[in-house]
Amino acid sequence: MGATTTKTVAVTGNTAVAEALRQLNPDVMAAYPITPSTEIMQQFTTFVSNGKVDTEVVLAESEHSAMSACIGAAAAGGRVATATSSQGLALMWEMLHIAAGDRLPILLAVVNRALSSPINIHGDHSDGMGARDCGWIQLYSENAQEAYDNTVMAFRIAENTDVRLPIMVGMDGFITSHSIMTMQYLPDDAVKKFVGPYQAMEPLLDIEHPRSYGALVLTDYYIEHKRAEHEAMLKAKKVVQDVFAEFGKLSGRKYDMFESYRLEDAEIVIIAVSSAAGTVKDEIDRYREKGIKAGLLKLRVFRPFPYEEAGAALKNAKAVCVMDRADSYGGYGPLFMEIASAVQPYRQGPVLFNKIYGLGGRDLMPKDVQQVIDETIEVAKTGKVKLVKDYITVRN
Amino acid sequence: MSTTTQETPLTLKALSRKQERFTSGHRMCAGCGAPTIVRQILLAIDEPVAVANATGCLEVSTCIYPYTAWKTPWMHSAFENAAATAAGMEAMYRSLKKQGKYKNNVKFLAFGGDGGTYDIGFQALSGAMERGHQLLYICYDNGAYMNTGIQRSSATPPCADTTTCPVGSVNPGKQQRRKDLTRIMAAHGAYAAQASPSNWKDLMTKVRKAIASNGPAYLGVISPCNRGWRSQLNDSILMSRLAVDTCYWPLYEVEQKGKKWNITYDPKDKKKPIVDFLKPQGRFKNMFAPGNEQSLVDFQKMIDEEWESLKKLQEMSKS
Repeated sequence: MGATTTKTVAVTGNTAVAEALRQLNPDVMAAYPITPSTEIMQQFTTFVSNGKVDTEVVLAESEHSAMSACIGAAAAGGRVATATSSQGLALMWEMLHIAAGDRLPILLAVVNRALSSPINIHGDHSDGMGARDCGWIQLYSENAQEAYDNTVMAFRIAENTDVRLPIMVGMDGFITSHSIMTMQYLPDDAVKKFVGPYQAMEPLLDIEHPRSYGALVLTDYYIEHKRAEHEAMLKAKKVVQDVFAEFGKLSGRKYDMFESYRLEDAEIVIIAVSSAAGTVKDEIDRYREKGIKAGLLKLRVFRPFPYEEAGAALKNAKAVCVMDRADSYGGYGPLFMEIASAVQPYRQGPVLFNKIYGLGGRDLMPKDVQQVIDETIEVAKTGKVKLVKDYITVRN
Repeated sequence: MSTTTQETPLTLKALSRKQERFTSGHRMCAGCGAPTIVRQILLAIDEPVAVANATGCLEVSTCIYPYTAWKTPWMHSAFENAAATAAGMEAMYRSLKKQGKYKNNVKFLAFGGDGGTYDIGFQALSGAMERGHQLLYICYDNGAYMNTGIQRSSATPPCADTTTCPVGSVNPGKQQRRKDLTRIMAAHGAYAAQASPSNWKDLMTKVRKAIASNGPAYLGVISPCNRGWRSQLNDSILMSRLAVDTCYWPLYEVEQKGKKWNITYDPKDKKKPIVDFLKPQGRFKNMFAPGNEQSLVDFQKMIDEEWESLKKLQEMSKS
């Protein structure tokens, strides 16, 4: 039957996301297994096999077909969810753009894992960051609680009639997906009420009003379609914040575009996404005890990116180190480039520099964060950066 | 056991009274076989139909924003995934019906050219057929990637001239035989058949059987392309009839999960030599050049072997 009250549980990120999906009860899930997201599918199909959800599952023969089936199902007119990682997300790449271009509010749980080559099954953000231009709303989760909460909120954001864009919820592969956290589940009826019934918009199954999806659009109308997508992303920012506020009232956990951890008066700022933020927070506390005005900006919403809010939050900092768990080879890390854009209106803004860390699941240890904070302090003092972009956590 | 649903009789009189779900005004080439095939298929089905369509001639020419020729629900998503897209549509339909959220009775079709079916679309097609979706996949087979300018596909016949296997002083055009996709589909246990717009009643009967099977079904239809074949613009139906009468494109069906093979049309004494199909097509011009007589002999041998093989399968499945 399921939970009727808020439950405190000790579960992995994958289990928490599978539970959220059970409570959301999508009409169709088309998925393909890949480490470390496979468990989401496995646990969900156990729900299916025991009649705990109404979901029709399509065990697609590849991730490209999984996302294609999700697109067909969403256009037909119902709620659709899926999960993947790394190579699976990469294989879906073409279809991700199509899902967004077709304005289909599909939910995708991405258990962030390194992209080949070399092949590596562990956590980093190269998969999600590699898909940042495809028009999906992107949320990142620090831990299992955030992953669960983001998943519960996802349809409400994506399905909003001002938005109608697909949405990705990321969590770190193995670090979050496979480690156990004490967290809270909401009751089934609370989730059901929060997500509400699905309002199909222009569904294919409305046979009285036949529609054509996926027209060829030539030079005369293509850019207008993409401009409309851009407008939807602009509107998504407010919708995300409204949904966060409503969820906060329901759960007691009020989220924002980013978490400002001791950021208000911070001169030394670290910026990070997902699980590494946890390690950084501990170090921020230690440095604060020593009298250093250190703070963390933990970004939660990567798309739409909160440029104005992040810029305003950082404008008085002296030095900011942006930590990226992905790289753009030949460029700076993806998060760095966004933060630089956020801060560029401020002439007297902080000095920025970029550290690439943790690729392929390389651990970020407290001592690594200490080195980063120490360097940030040095940059704040001198106003100068030795190397704008460098790798840390690398063997000598 | 499935029975063929027969609401509208398959007569020209009755069919001509039906409202068409595919309008004129689309931009397919004059003489293209595909729109005729689509109309025949849609006329054969009485129920509401939702269509997934792979990228290709049919898709790009029938739905150019802000116009569409499709008066039935239709979706194009990408090139290699008409079968996967249709599978998703069909899964949503079954889900909503099961939950009591949807009442109508809808049939699901997917259209793809030989490019989007034999090659890039092969995986998605195989997956959808294997999973058993209630879906009829139709391949309009013109034997090359025509939309992008006549490139070779695995459905291109041997010796054909295409822009990626052009006939030259060293190479004789396409060197491999055609992939036998219909047999591969039969091996999936799906209802599998070949049809031709020249034999419209046979085509429509097969469409109805496929739909009535309530399972995965595949229909390969020969679709003449006067541009790619370098044949006469107004000879589309003639070319498809020649394809059938020379046994280049045998009309047959496979039922009962690959066990029952049925040749639905045997040209018998009307059977023509393969040169009758090859000669009107400029893409086979090289075969008729002096010194290349063996290529015609080999081609006829290949056709004869395939036809004999089909007849044997039919005989075996009768016992």
